[in-house]
Amino acid sequence: MGKYIRKRLLQAIPVVFGITILTFFIMKLAPGGPLTGMISPRTSSESLQRAREALGLNKPIIVQYGNWLKELVQGNFGYSTYNGQEVLAQILERLPATLLLTVTAFVFSFVVGIPLGVYSATHKYSRSDYGLTIFSFIGISVPSFFFGMGLIYVFALKLKWFPTSGFGSSNFRGEGLALFLHKLRYLVMPALVMSLSNIATVMRFARSSMIETLNQDYVRTARAKGLSEKAVIYKHALKNSMIPVITIFGQSIPNLFGGAYITEKVFGWPGMGLLGVEAIANRDYQILMGLTLFTAVLVLLGNLLADIMYSFVDPRIRY
Amino acid sequence: MSLLEVKDLKTYFYTDAGVGKAVDGVTFSLDKGKVLGIVGESGCGKSVTSLSIMRLVDPTTGRYEGGSILFEGQDILKLPEKEMRKLRGNRISMIFQEPMTSLNPVFTIGYQIEESLILHKGMDKKQARERAVELLELVGIPEAKKRVEEYPHQLSGGMRQRVMIAMALAGDPELLIADEPTTALDVTIQAQILELLKSLQKKLDMSIIIITHDLGVIAEMADEVAVMYAGDIVEKAATRELFDDPKHPYTIGLMNSIPDVEEDVERLRTLEGLVPSLYDMPAGCRFAPRCRFACAECEKQRIRLTELAGGRQVRCRRYEQ
Repeated sequence: MGKYIRKRLLQAIPVVFGITILTFFIMKLAPGGPLTGMISPRTSSESLQRAREALGLNKPIIVQYGNWLKELVQGNFGYSTYNGQEVLAQILERLPATLLLTVTAFVFSFVVGIPLGVYSATHKYSRSDYGLTIFSFIGISVPSFFFGMGLIYVFALKLKWFPTSGFGSSNFRGEGLALFLHKLRYLVMPALVMSLSNIATVMRFARSSMIETLNQDYVRTARAKGLSEKAVIYKHALKNSMIPVITIFGQSIPNLFGGAYITEKVFGWPGMGLLGVEAIANRDYQILMGLTLFTAVLVLLGNLLADIMYSFVDPRIRY
Repeated sequence: MSLLEVKDLKTYFYTDAGVGKAVDGVTFSLDKGKVLGIVGESGCGKSVTSLSIMRLVDPTTGRYEGGSILFEGQDILKLPEKEMRKLRGNRISMIFQEPMTSLNPVFTIGYQIEESLILHKGMDKKQARERAVELLELVGIPEAKKRVEEYPHQLSGGMRQRVMIAMALAGDPELLIADEPTTALDVTIQAQILELLKSLQKKLDMSIIIITHDLGVIAEMADEVAVMYAGDIVEKAATRELFDDPKHPYTIGLMNSIPDVEEDVERLRTLEGLVPSLYDMPAGCRFAPRCRFACAECEKQRIRLTELAGGRQVRCRRYEQ
């Protein structure tokens, strides 16, 4: 296992290298440039030229990439072209909030999605199954910004159960549990928005996987042993039916980080997604490149984690 | 008293295609310590008969429409599910055709055997592990102590079928139902598994119902044979008698289609025609459309099982009187 993980981490190096190429050159293809965000009508073309030279933007593109990469391997993600702050420091500052949101949404989607899928499968073609199917289609098809604004309208504006946006009020002076509950109220709605489509996807997957598993010969064997239906489903079938669900596990990680851009914007959640949206508006190329790279590494790690999980569920997979 | 008495069992399937009368009035009995073979071609209802005895017919489509299955005098079709579960895997066990897929791939074989022991014998984990090793030794698995920790994919097909048998024996069953236990195995492994079943049957004084389409397996194993055709038993006799002197035209056809090793033939002999559809059975004798002795009389009404001398039974108009 340790050998496998080392091997996978080594394999990740060329992948990350490829990502740096894509990130850098796609950024270069974008119209405008790092300086367009700073130009005012009074900016002279000389000062613009000076700034370009100071940032090395007059050099050939491949040299620019080389310079960027050289700094990158030394852990320097560069400085924001907008406010001059260190990119990595800004990302790390926003990371905890995003992790809290995505991990909550992630856990929520599986903790809710799997039981619903199993229920749906074991009550195939019943009314509740059809109900859950309709719910899942809604969950998959409703755009998250729409769902988010709907939640804000109903639960924040009308019912006033939850705050409209942000992550904690600056006026709040509580500590310990009170602080936790205070923060929790801010977390509920964005986490729900982020997990909705994921719950639906996990549920559909768990359902079809469970139905397929229940038709397997070994499930009949388990029944022939005299096991109760509960033991048959939750012991013999569940573990097998989870194998394809782990695939969703790996896939949902990039979806969540991507979804964070929209959800964090809608809820004013001070995470990496919001940082990204701000960076786009400010033409802050360094921040965007840093974020893309950082997210890519997180996704790679997430997929590695999913692959490791396979080996825990399925003894036929050994690394 | 017989250990098992199946009387006029009817198991029907309700599907979009109509009502499939997979088992339609099957009657037989089995004494303690005896081996009954049920033989017939695919779709004749032999597997459904065995699943009915376990009461494992898929409840979403299948129904027990009539008859009774008496196990030691108790009608198991009337038992509540909870009581039925106490019989399953305990006093009545079953092994299946596909050893490759019949074991759960994500649990060790030891765990799968121990599960039965803990459930039916009330053993704790440690006792169950010891007994599981004993059972694996009993079914001839070498290095049972080590193998008990292995997963199904680490074993060959023959070994997996042995594990299935060990699992079935966990509850010390009085009745073992073996549904095509050797069909999926190589010929040499087939012989070993049959040998094992035979020796276990003697050692443990079990009754066995062996279901197969292979007359060779019947000849090897069974004391008595029931020949099934299209949901009915068409003939029942002691194994020797059936092979020496088949009565029913279908049985005669089956016997004739066994190729003779001494004879050099160009073509194999077959039974002409097809098995009738489950959803559209002939009103009279179900074999009549394929029978060379059939007459108008045969197609009018269902034929009764006629008792012949020596306890033989045959469902054919030619023996009615």
